[in-house]
Amino acid sequence: MSDRQMDGDKPSEHDEDVTLLRVPVSLDYDYSAGVSASRFLRGIEQGKLLGQRCPVDGRVYFPSRGSCPQHAVTFGDETVDLSDKGTIVTFSIVRVPSANIPLELPYIAVNVVLDGADTILMHVLDANPEDVHMGMRVQAVWKPREEWTTSTANILYFRAIDEPDADYDQYKEHI
Amino acid sequence: MCPEPEAALTAPHSLEYTYKRSLGPILSQFFTALRDRRMLAVRRSDGSVLMPPKEYDPDTGASLDGMIEISSEGVVRSWSWVSKPRRQQPLDHAFAYALIQLDGADTTFLHVVDAVEEGSMSTGMRVAARWKAETTGSMTDFVFVPVSSK
Repeated sequence: MSDRQMDGDKPSEHDEDVTLLRVPVSLDYDYSAGVSASRFLRGIEQGKLLGQRCPVDGRVYFPSRGSCPQHAVTFGDETVDLSDKGTIVTFSIVRVPSANIPLELPYIAVNVVLDGADTILMHVLDANPEDVHMGMRVQAVWKPREEWTTSTANILYFRAIDEPDADYDQYKEHI
Repeated sequence: MCPEPEAALTAPHSLEYTYKRSLGPILSQFFTALRDRRMLAVRRSDGSVLMPPKEYDPDTGASLDGMIEISSEGVVRSWSWVSKPRRQQPLDHAFAYALIQLDGADTTFLHVVDAVEEGSMSTGMRVAARWKAETTGSMTDFVFVPVSSK
C-alpha cells in the first residue's frame, strides 16, 4: 500500500511516485495469562491488589508470577491484599512520544512500591514534573467502578497524596 | 476472600511491526508503474531482463538502471495449489502460488494465480495479470488468471 493512500490522498491523483511501502508484520496470538496472573487480574476486577508471599523469606511479590524467582518455590493459592498507596522509588520524565503510549507529553513514568509489597510496579504519575521526587507518597486513581475489567487499565495513574515522604531506608533496596 | 483457582484468562494479543520501507530509485519506479498497471523490469549489461527489477546486478554488483516495460502476460514455470487459504493470504478461496515468467523477462517471481480449480493449473500455462479496480502501487494490485479466462 502506498504511503500516499495512508495519508488520505486520492490514489487517482497520480502526481507523485510511490516511494514508500508499508509492510507491517503482524502476529496474532491468543495470550493465556496463566493461573497466577489470572488470579491477580480477577482481583483487580474487584478493585483488589493481590500479591503473594514467598514462604521462604516472606517477601511479597506484586504482581505475582505464582512462584518465587529467587527460591524456586511455588506460592500456592494464598494471596496478600495490598494497599493502593505506595512510595515512588524512581521516576523518569518522558518528553519523547511513543506510538503506543497515548499520554500527553511530558508525562512521568514512575516505579512505585506499594505498601505491603516488596517489588516495584511501573506506572505513570499525574503531577507537575517539578514536583515529583523519590520517596513521594502516592495513591492509585481508578476508573469508575462500573468500568472495571480484568485489566491493569482499571488503574488510570497514580497521584500524590498529602503524607510525609517515606524514609530513604524504606525503599532504597528498590533503586 | 481470594477466588478459587479458575481457568486461566485469555485475551487476543496482536504484535505488529509497522515497517515502512523506503523503496529507492529502482523499486520506486517499479511500484509506481504497478499503480499505472504497467510492468517495469530492468535490463542487465548482458541483455538479460530481471523481473522484478533489482538495484544491482546479482553477479557483478554493478548498478542497474535500464528500466524497460514488459508484458503483463507470461508463463507459469512452477506452481503449488493452496486449497485452504489462511486468513492473511491474498485470496479467500483456493488459488495457486506460482513462479511466473513474464514475456520479455528472464527471471520468475512468486505470485498468485486465481484459477478455478487445481485441475486448471499446469506448468507452462499462459497467464495474464488481472488488475484491481483501484491500484495503489503494491504487489497486491494484481493477481494472475489463466489467459483463456481473463
